[in-house]
Amino acid sequence: MQLSKVSGNKNAHKVSLYTLSTCVWCKLTKQFLSDNSVTYEFIDVDLLDQNDKNQVHEIITNKGGTLSYPTIIVDDKTVITGFRKDQLKEVLGV
Amino acid sequence: MTPAIELIRKRVEADAKSYGYYLTPQADLLQMFFEGLETNETRYGYPVCPCRLGTGNLDLDRDIICPCDYRDPDVAQYGACYCRLYVNKAIYESQNLPEVPERRPAEKMARAYDTSIHKQQMPIATNTPSKPQTQTAAQEQNTEVKKKLWYCKQCGYVIYREDPPYICPICKAKREMFAEIDAKIEFNG
Repeated sequence: MQLSKVSGNKNAHKVSLYTLSTCVWCKLTKQFLSDNSVTYEFIDVDLLDQNDKNQVHEIITNKGGTLSYPTIIVDDKTVITGFRKDQLKEVLGV
Repeated sequence: MTPAIELIRKRVEADAKSYGYYLTPQADLLQMFFEGLETNETRYGYPVCPCRLGTGNLDLDRDIICPCDYRDPDVAQYGACYCRLYVNKAIYESQNLPEVPERRPAEKMARAYDTSIHKQQMPIATNTPSKPQTQTAAQEQNTEVKKKLWYCKQCGYVIYREDPPYICPICKAKREMFAEIDAKIEFNG
């Protein structure tokens, strides 16, 4: 399972997005990160095969996240569920 | 707007009107919601909520077909549904969309992921290729939904679902007004 990388000028944090291709708030999260020039990687979970979906389940639940989208994992430890601009700004310093 | 999206728009607008709801006030977001619904309708054959992960198994997805089972209690409590596609008048006029937590039970969300398969496959993946036969058996076990007959004690509406609705679609009675019908069929002779 390979996450797609979107490059920006800000690389201070490892930002991983688990999203749905149909989800409005997932699209807005990607847009927000791009607008703030944050480098991030993402994967659209609804487009994955069952085995990869199961891996996503493992990754998100192991980090203490719920199975809601978007799920944003910063530096492999901080989990943000949903498009929370304030939380993203605080954690990413943008 | 394509004809398919136009149909969805009409359906969603009519549904909002019949329940006295409004649609999200931002036109660009609304367009994205319609596109997401159209994608899911094409993909699954029914419009799964664009903000949730569907499975393609109707029994597992039934509660998240838009308008989902959770919309009415969410609009009543937060002024908007989980997606914030449907909102009440106050939210529509203020244009401030609230945060709406996921009401869908975690065990229902987990059904989109076959964790029983995953646990079986984890050790296998490093040694030998996975066995499709094991997958099928485990998947069948995981996707079994036990449906029951429920009736509304207020108006008599009957529904055959896993859980009773949060609000009766006919008389708007609350979930507490639903009772299970214990049907027994006896064959004699």
